[in-house]
Amino acid sequence: MLNLFVNNWHSFLTGFGWTILSSIVALILSLIIGSLFAIMEVMPNKALRIIGNIYVEIFRNIPLLVITMFFYLVIPLYFVKINGFTAGTIGLTIYTSAFIAETVRSGINSVDIGQMEASRAMGMTYGQAMRYIVLPQAFKLVIPPLGNQFVNLVKNSSVLAFVAGFDLMYQGNAIASQTFDTVNTYLVVGLFYLIITLPISYYMQHLERKLA
Amino acid sequence: MQNWINAYSAMNLRFLFKGLLVTLEISIVSVILSMIFGSILGIVRYTKIPWLSEIVGFIIDIIRNLPLLLIIFFVYFGLPSLGFKPDTIVAAIFAMTVFESMMIAEIIRSGIGAVNRGQLEASRAVGMKYYQAMWHVILPQAYKNMIPALVSQLISLIKDTSLATIIVTPELMQHAQVIYGQNANYIVPMYLALAVLYFIVCYSLSIISRIIDRKMA
Repeated sequence: MLNLFVNNWHSFLTGFGWTILSSIVALILSLIIGSLFAIMEVMPNKALRIIGNIYVEIFRNIPLLVITMFFYLVIPLYFVKINGFTAGTIGLTIYTSAFIAETVRSGINSVDIGQMEASRAMGMTYGQAMRYIVLPQAFKLVIPPLGNQFVNLVKNSSVLAFVAGFDLMYQGNAIASQTFDTVNTYLVVGLFYLIITLPISYYMQHLERKLA
Repeated sequence: MQNWINAYSAMNLRFLFKGLLVTLEISIVSVILSMIFGSILGIVRYTKIPWLSEIVGFIIDIIRNLPLLLIIFFVYFGLPSLGFKPDTIVAAIFAMTVFESMMIAEIIRSGIGAVNRGQLEASRAVGMKYYQAMWHVILPQAYKNMIPALVSQLISLIKDTSLATIIVTPELMQHAQVIYGQNANYIVPMYLALAVLYFIVCYSLSIISRIIDRKMA
């Protein structure tokens, strides 16, 4: 196993880098998009609420692979040429943003309704009350579930292997087909994923226990 | 327009439905197996048997934090060199079961943890053995609370079966790929069909779970 890593360390580390890059880009974008849809879902305006709901329900119930492959195959066919990494990251962003929207919405809903009423009674507008009172409390509540979403995101980023996204899984497959040492290659790939996911998920468990 | 009509020809639709059946078959078999293994592992982890629980807990944490795709690859391409040669459907079921058992074990453990500690103490106080208290008192309450989490795990399992296309398991996504492999004009119709089929299956499950949840509460 060590031998295999020493011989192919460059490919492994390249893949590791692309996996981290794609995960972080997708995380930032899906946090923004997800929060926007979550806020839409709790708005007093009924039309916005329905739009938010439709977005979340659609993308939560379709496999990530279908979304990613759609972007990989259809966008280059009719619109612009994009590479596998971009298509994969777009797919990850859309898929994850639906889950983050759901998480943030449940966080907003679990903030006592009296907080909003009190802020409005003090003369704040709806937007101000949301921005300064409700959202800060909601985000504190949803940090552990958001951390778990990030772990899922890192694991899901392995679908980039389907679209030639140069990520860890893709490099692992390339190495496995060159060296024929499938068992050891996949073990090394697994260790690299664990380097990212295990610390986060242990820290989130610790946070959950502290908050509970 | 003609492309769309051709793409949804009776033969292609029948082929897609055949794929959907395989997808459902893989999902149902894996969910049943992983409910059994997951419950055992979850209870072992909760019970705090010296050594055993720690080792089980460590294995659960490791596998839970790996991508399912990696496990599928490992089972299909790695295990044959260790002497186990599964065919594609068996490999998909095997990989899904290993992964989902660990996910379900975590759900079970937290479900048991959420049952009031007094329930166990009271059962022991009226003379039940530990496993009797677990089986007759704690688990029924725990499973009732876990229904939403278990259903959402089932939904993600059904979505994850699409990953098995990479080892050419003849499931829904793979069948769609076969169809649009014949004609690039079928790509958009096929992805629309995939989205609709997966959505119908998964969304109806989540509605059922919501109804059960409301009835129980």
